[in-house]
Amino acid sequence: MSHYPLNPDVFNDDVALEPIRAGFGRGLKAAGEANEAVVALCADLTESTQMHLFREAFPKRFVEIGVAEQNLVTVASGMARAGKIPFTSSYAAFSPGRNWEQIRTTVTLNNQPVKVVGSHAGVSVGPDGATHQMLEDIALMRVLPNMVVIAPGDSIEAEKATKAIAENGKPSYLRLARDKTPIFSTDESPFEIGKAYVLREGAEVTLLGTGTMTYQLLVAANILAEQGIDAEVVHVPTIKPLDEATILASAKKTGRVVTAEEAQVNGGFGGAIAEFLGEHLPMPIIRIGMQDRFGESGAPNELLEHFGLTGAKIAERVKNWAADTPRYHQDA
Amino acid sequence: MGLTTVQLEHKAIEIRQDIIRMLEHAGSGHSAGPLGLADIFAALYFNILNIRPSEPEWPERDIFFLSNGHTVPVQYAAMAEAGYFDKEELLTLRKLGTRLQGHPEREKLPGLENTSGPLGSGLSQAAGYAYTLQYIEEVSHRFVYVVMGDGELNEGNIWEAAMFAGKNKLSQLIAFIDRNNIQIDGSTESVMPLEDLKGKWESFGWHVVEIDGNNVESIIDAASQGRAITNRPTVIIAHTIPGKGVDFMEYDYKWHGIPPNSEQAKLALEKLRTLDGKITHEGAGV
Repeated sequence: MSHYPLNPDVFNDDVALEPIRAGFGRGLKAAGEANEAVVALCADLTESTQMHLFREAFPKRFVEIGVAEQNLVTVASGMARAGKIPFTSSYAAFSPGRNWEQIRTTVTLNNQPVKVVGSHAGVSVGPDGATHQMLEDIALMRVLPNMVVIAPGDSIEAEKATKAIAENGKPSYLRLARDKTPIFSTDESPFEIGKAYVLREGAEVTLLGTGTMTYQLLVAANILAEQGIDAEVVHVPTIKPLDEATILASAKKTGRVVTAEEAQVNGGFGGAIAEFLGEHLPMPIIRIGMQDRFGESGAPNELLEHFGLTGAKIAERVKNWAADTPRYHQDA
Repeated sequence: MGLTTVQLEHKAIEIRQDIIRMLEHAGSGHSAGPLGLADIFAALYFNILNIRPSEPEWPERDIFFLSNGHTVPVQYAAMAEAGYFDKEELLTLRKLGTRLQGHPEREKLPGLENTSGPLGSGLSQAAGYAYTLQYIEEVSHRFVYVVMGDGELNEGNIWEAAMFAGKNKLSQLIAFIDRNNIQIDGSTESVMPLEDLKGKWESFGWHVVEIDGNNVESIIDAASQGRAITNRPTVIIAHTIPGKGVDFMEYDYKWHGIPPNSEQAKLALEKLRTLDGKITHEGAGV
């Protein structure tokens, strides 16, 4: 197994923090430099979604759409027909929240390489409250044929993922978070669409994380180790297509699987893993995330704590579960 | 070089006959809209659009987006008439394995520029293409056309696109509204009134032309006027007769979403052939 280079400071109190969306802003500008066909469209949230870096560098290739998310993706679909690679951005609650049918028909059924970038996803949006904390986007996007779904774990990975989807020729959804989050990867860490990465090897339980939750799983694994539980942490930035081989290998090895996401587990990342294991390696799993409920206002860290999405809370949950859960499929 | 008016009228009648045959064979689909649009599609595919049916992806072509995808039988019939594919294939409409899906799918059939059906998204796609030509490619000799229904104008997405095109003065964008006054639940003015339609589009920054949408000369003139306007997008409000050419279908909203049965189809084809005879008889220089 190839070694995944983690940020050496990842477990320090002063670990570098940066919003995942900042990586998108840099990645989009770089993608624009690498390929003239890349264009960007925004629905009146250009700085918030970090598209201003692209707008400043390539004003001619930036299109202001105004607060009109249906028009956002359909204009992009028309530009894709004209040979462009359009990136569209808004808050995830609005795009893909409001314009799902337009994405379905004019992007995925029409099979055009439009990139839907949903910023401010998850409860860590904070004080804006439930209306703006998008939790259903993973479910909405992964159910669409032809759609690639990616939730990068930190800003460095978001930059790589942005450059990668600029060149994949497919409809793609990129999920971004608003708040500053710890950087666990490095410039040298690998990122490839459709690949999952083992960040920490372990034998007794597999912790599968996507987006902002991967860092929390790394923290949880440290706490579990102190308590005598050897956890493996697998980072799954691409939710569709899943890296089935990596996930299956880890699940077979440990016989216990936990998923974590800042989204609805129903239909979300946890849903995707449950479907996959149900077909290939049936076993009870636990799915950490939002349990069929909306978020609420609060400070981002308070909310993560409140909903059981911090490393400490996850470790506690996993420890209690593991105590009376056997390791499955270990007889072979 | 182009076809005469009478020849274009003949094309429209050919297209109408094909629509009747296709719908009867398919056993489902929309009758009124496609029949009403036959003159516009004859004008588009045999006069207005700069296209090469033998080379659907010709990079210099004009672009046509169909927004109200349920009227696609008229587009298929016009495309077959223009030589995109063999007319025999028209009878595969809506059958398993066909390239002629019930609503148009771009990837299935070369020559289609978009996938549509759910209403309200075609104008945006056309605007996106026109924006690319005007501001990114800076190409001024290519035009983007779109056909919308009038019932479709209930959709908010249309007005988002209308605002966008108006703001950006997309002068290479030319939109047709099939103003046939019917939608599934009844007349457009009873379901959700659209008037003052001309005033609405003008206030969004568009050049508006109102025409008899069953008159090929008016259609061609309006499109040519649209191409000549260089500081605004153009919308052509084309007043059409739903079911045009088949007297027992004309103006009857019940024919919006159903096909003719075999008896009705036979009768309809007879009516259309009679019409054909009239034009041949009356028309000079065929």
